[in-house]
Amino acid sequence: MLSQQIFNGLILGCIYALLAVGYSLVFGILRLLNMSHGAVYTAGAFMGLLGASYLHMGAVPTILFAMLLTGAVNVCINRAVLQPLREQGAANITMLISVTGVSYIIQNTLMLVFGSQKLPFPKVFDFGSFRVGGVLVTSIQVMIVLVTVVLLGALGLITKHTRTGLAMRCISQNPKASNMVGIDVRWIISFTFIVSGICAAIAGYMVSGYYQLVYFTMGTTAGLKAFAAAVLGGIGILSGSVVGGILIGLCEALATVVFGGEYSEATAYVILFLVLLIKPSGLFGKDDVDEKV
Amino acid sequence: MSELILQVQDVHTYYGHIHALKGISMDIRQGEIVTLLGSNGAGKSTTLSSIAGIVHPAKGTILLEGTDITRMKCSEITKRGIGISPEGREVFPRLTVAENLLAGAYTRRDKKEIAGSLEEVYALFPRLKERTKQMAGTLSGGEQQMLAIGRALMCKPKLLLLDEPSLGLAPNLVELIFELIVRINKTGITILLIEQNANMALQIADQGFVLETGTITLSGEARQLRTNDAIRRAYLGK
Ligand SMILES: Nc1ncnc2c1ncn2[C@@H]1O[C@H](COP(=O)(O)OP(=O)(O)OP(=O)(O)O)[C@@H](O)[C@H]1O
Ligand SMILES: [Mg+2]
Repeated sequence: MLSQQIFNGLILGCIYALLAVGYSLVFGILRLLNMSHGAVYTAGAFMGLLGASYLHMGAVPTILFAMLLTGAVNVCINRAVLQPLREQGAANITMLISVTGVSYIIQNTLMLVFGSQKLPFPKVFDFGSFRVGGVLVTSIQVMIVLVTVVLLGALGLITKHTRTGLAMRCISQNPKASNMVGIDVRWIISFTFIVSGICAAIAGYMVSGYYQLVYFTMGTTAGLKAFAAAVLGGIGILSGSVVGGILIGLCEALATVVFGGEYSEATAYVILFLVLLIKPSGLFGKDDVDEKV
Repeated sequence: MSELILQVQDVHTYYGHIHALKGISMDIRQGEIVTLLGSNGAGKSTTLSSIAGIVHPAKGTILLEGTDITRMKCSEITKRGIGISPEGREVFPRLTVAENLLAGAYTRRDKKEIAGSLEEVYALFPRLKERTKQMAGTLSGGEQQMLAIGRALMCKPKLLLLDEPSLGLAPNLVELIFELIVRINKTGITILLIEQNANMALQIADQGFVLETGTITLSGEARQLRTNDAIRRAYLGK
């Protein structure tokens, strides 16, 4: 029973990790808390629904379709809202409020198009299940772990070992000098939004397939919990976000066992509160808040 | 007389309503060291920014080897061979020395050639070679200045823009930086140098321009400027 809960918590943690890196990527490069990320994740889930249920596409084409559209949504947010603000030298709080506004626009557009009721999502990656010890493992759970590992591994490689990753780190440290060495700053920021959108789409698709349910407010809580995960690991630090996500998933599962399901929902917020109180820079952050990425 | 590498023609640059450059013109010959003098706020850094495409002039033309680069993006201009070591160094503090230098080569693709340039920069600045893995933010001021110049060299520039490279350095380091500038110039790279230390700048320069509140008030051979009374009074403290 306990081991099953821990395993379920690990799966949940993978999802939080996928979402948390989206916050970290954007924060790392722009020092912006991208509060539209939860809504973008919801958009990703609905694009998955569109592909799977309305257009009757297979799993892989559906994921690609969702990745493409959600990446595009994120680029639009950057180009239409953030880039003009940034280039006018707008304050960070202005951008924070703007992306929060964007999240409502996305959510309500989804509600207008798809309705406000919870919609069934088809089963995905359903190849049955097996037992390891006392733990029941389903194929979708295996897929979630696999996708998380591959995606986050690829992301780690990109940021640490590629030219684009170097450019991302340059911009996060000194946008002005990045421009001077010939980095196309606008493009690298767009690229970051594409990647963060892709992660959100994959998370949205996997979660919808896991619970077989989509609804227009699904990103609100998931987004906030993933945000807590990013802060726990040290926002802006990719590996920290992964650890933070998994820890939050595990703590939630344990809280369910100890306090019951009603209270487990509060776990992420309690952790967020404690982190902000004790070590605001997170587990992997340096204490100087500026010393990130 | 050798060929012109850069032609700045009647360039006007604004920051909002501030008219920072009020129609400046300069011709820079291939292979020379050219110095740009002027008091604080005269528009020296703005001139470099306009050339490098960091800010765009509202009016006027800038030609690099005859090609109009006035409205080009900074990345495009870097690719065409203008490197800049900016005022205040602006290194990437949490990247290593080596990563900073590689960032300077961002517009280049050929890994072998980049490695070659890296070796050249290390040969020029042995102190950087000893610190390849050190975070740039922990370097001394002089080392950061070397890194900024080295990073600008990594784009394989034909024209190197140096904005006050000796600022805040101890006298012996200032001398070293000037020696290095001459050495870089000897490899065939044209240099446009902004300096507070007008005396030393005019010693190594071929040509000089004097900028005052956005207009060029004086220009000519460095040799002649050194003996010019107005210059001696304003910039050489004599
Ligand atoms: N980003 C900016 N926004 C607004 N005004 C600016 C900006 N940068 C420079 N200026 C103004 O433009 C004018 C020229 O500045 P610039 O930095 O080119 O001078 P400078 O000759 O390099 O001075 P210094 O010797 O102090 O470096 C100044 O009046 C300055 O206040
Ligand atoms: Mg200046």
